[in-house]
Amino acid sequence: MADFGTELDVFRTETREWLEANCPASMRTPLTAEETPWGGAKFKWANPDSKIWLDRMAEKGWTAPMWPREYGGGGLTAAQARVLEQEMARIKARPPLFSFGIWMLGPVLLEYANEEQKKTHLPKIVRGEIRWCQGYSEPGAGSDLAGLQTRCEDKGDHFLINGQKVWTSYADQADWIFCLVRTDTSKKHEGISFVLFDMTTPGVEARPIKLISGESPFCETFFTDVKVPKEQLVGKLNGGWDIAKRLLQFERQNISAGGFGGAAGLEIEEVALAHVGSDNGKIADGDLRARITAHKMDARAFALTVRRVEAEAKSGKGLGPAASILKYAAATLNQHKHELMLEAMGADGLGWDGDGFDRRNVRETRAWLRSKGNSIEGGTSEINLNVVAKRVLGLMDHQ
Amino acid sequence: MAILNEEQTMLRDAAKGWVADKAPVTALRRLRDTGGWKTGYDPAAWKEMAEMGWTGVIVPEAFGGSEFGYRSLGLVLEETGRTLTASPLHATAGAAATALVLGGTDAQKEAWLTKIAAGEITAALAVDEGAHHHPASVAMKAEKTASGYSLTGIKRFIPDAADADLIVVAARVSGTPGDTAGIRLFLVEKGAAGLSATPLHSIDNRAHADLAFAVTPAELLGDPGAGWDVLSATIDRATALLAAEMMGTATQAFEVILDYLKTRTQFGQLIGSFQALQHRAAKLFTELELTRSCVDAALDAIDAGAKDAPALVSLAKAKANETLHLASIEMVQMHGGIGMTDAHDAGLYMKRARVAEALYGSSSYHRDRYARLGGY
Repeated sequence: MADFGTELDVFRTETREWLEANCPASMRTPLTAEETPWGGAKFKWANPDSKIWLDRMAEKGWTAPMWPREYGGGGLTAAQARVLEQEMARIKARPPLFSFGIWMLGPVLLEYANEEQKKTHLPKIVRGEIRWCQGYSEPGAGSDLAGLQTRCEDKGDHFLINGQKVWTSYADQADWIFCLVRTDTSKKHEGISFVLFDMTTPGVEARPIKLISGESPFCETFFTDVKVPKEQLVGKLNGGWDIAKRLLQFERQNISAGGFGGAAGLEIEEVALAHVGSDNGKIADGDLRARITAHKMDARAFALTVRRVEAEAKSGKGLGPAASILKYAAATLNQHKHELMLEAMGADGLGWDGDGFDRRNVRETRAWLRSKGNSIEGGTSEINLNVVAKRVLGLMDHQ
Repeated sequence: MAILNEEQTMLRDAAKGWVADKAPVTALRRLRDTGGWKTGYDPAAWKEMAEMGWTGVIVPEAFGGSEFGYRSLGLVLEETGRTLTASPLHATAGAAATALVLGGTDAQKEAWLTKIAAGEITAALAVDEGAHHHPASVAMKAEKTASGYSLTGIKRFIPDAADADLIVVAARVSGTPGDTAGIRLFLVEKGAAGLSATPLHSIDNRAHADLAFAVTPAELLGDPGAGWDVLSATIDRATALLAAEMMGTATQAFEVILDYLKTRTQFGQLIGSFQALQHRAAKLFTELELTRSCVDAALDAIDAGAKDAPALVSLAKAKANETLHLASIEMVQMHGGIGMTDAHDAGLYMKRARVAEALYGSSSYHRDRYARLGGY
């Protein structure tokens, strides 16, 4: 509340000048999939400007604008962070870093980790030095995540971990993992702990899974007698479930706020006009036009809802009930968009690869396939609806 | 802004309290059962609404209003929408007042807005002539006379027009239906020669009327005359306000459903514990939240004079139509047999829903308009 208009105006002017001076020209063009800046020790930078941009932003702590300065963050207020967002949007600056560390792990470390853990991990996350992956789902524990079986035994001076994770995003490219493990087999939710470890530890193996889209963003990850120092437990032993749930909230919020749409995707009405034809400026197929319009209106309603949720949160009232519907709505919307896009492209959207197909259309087709995961990852839509029904609407469990 | 200020919060809370106390759904039932659909409202309740300042919310201070804006009037209408309150508030203090504010001369504002703000008169806006909302299709003829104009033609299903002291009428001085350039707005007073109103007994028991004009004396609104731009802007504002009322109706329908899910028992279980119903409730809740964002954004855009207000209004009305439609169907279905009885309120909500969906444009009308505004 210390931000009076004038102070914020000064901050805006300084931020604008700094961004103008420091954001490389190529970082003001639409982000492409190839140049997505994930960072980490193994990362190969497709565009050297991406690394320069990351380093400059990280130096100011602006990859994590609202984290405390003592852990490398920007120490900005919510109002200042909003100004930074607006000023970045003004020059169309790319995000400097894509990071599970910033979106998911960092916020829970700030809440649950001890001082040494925060000092060790948070600054590296801010600088994009360490790329993190998430060890949550297992072959037998998907929607019923708390049924996870990966064993973590106390061996006196260390933990010993054995088991398997699945759907571990980019595990083959990650440096460290935040992982849910079973430390008590006699209880379900109360027998889970939250540990961090290095993916180069002997006994860790990540195997990419090929998806229907042809991509392999997820892995099966195997742990065989993996030794983990005991100080890498976050929070209390057997107290991991609360951390897990909190982290899932950040994950869903992040998915919700950004939606699932790709930054450089095609505009569906333009695709329809180009492929179906125009009747005095209107999409010539009236039925398709009506369905595309209904979708565009739903997308606008979603964007307005994200804005409303943010405004309510920033007014100090906390996250209102509208926040709970965002992940479900985002998934439904994105899948609908891709189905319409595929339909609008017709034969031009049925290409897998090679000559005869425009690369941008192939990308949309692959994105259509990828979007089928939206209603599964980060909690299925059915689980999301359960959560809304029980936690928000107060409907009861079956007796 | 999306967040309410202190005045708006007070206005909403006062409206909530008054509606619960003075205008529960039983008030509509009483009106219906005593033939009240001809006038459409309870004069004593209307007087109280005016005393609380609701009739002057969008009226400039110079003409006796509070000039709180459309978002504020939307808050009041949302509350009256919750209990299906029958009143000429939307027609008088929303639609007709807007036409005067946007298009009237100072003399016309002085003559009519002060009376609207004071609650001394009721007024209506008469545009549509056919079964569907389509303002450009106005065919009614306006002809110049020695003292002003005369109107000849009909208007169909006009809210709160039968008993209105003043009717703002769209008619054309030139061109043919579909051509917007020849449309002007006119003021016609109650009892004008050649004006006849037929009250309609409609499913929602609100006061709608068919109007017939036969060389009826009329005064041109504005100088040199308010045309299509004023009419469009007026309709946008009236549409957004109706969407706010519908938001209230849908929200109340949902809350009644939720209450039933938490109290009705079958198979030894509260029916709200069945996942099939939980998911339908959660989906309806999702639609309500998405729709609320659109309605708020449309009213805020109007108050801010934003360029994208027309698109946001069409978005708000289309979403309000769809969501209230869904809520009204679910209200009947989730209640089972009792939802089919006249004793339960579900039927009243569904009947009002269909009327509100049609007024100021169906979903397909607004989807088409949204696409046109978007250039596809």
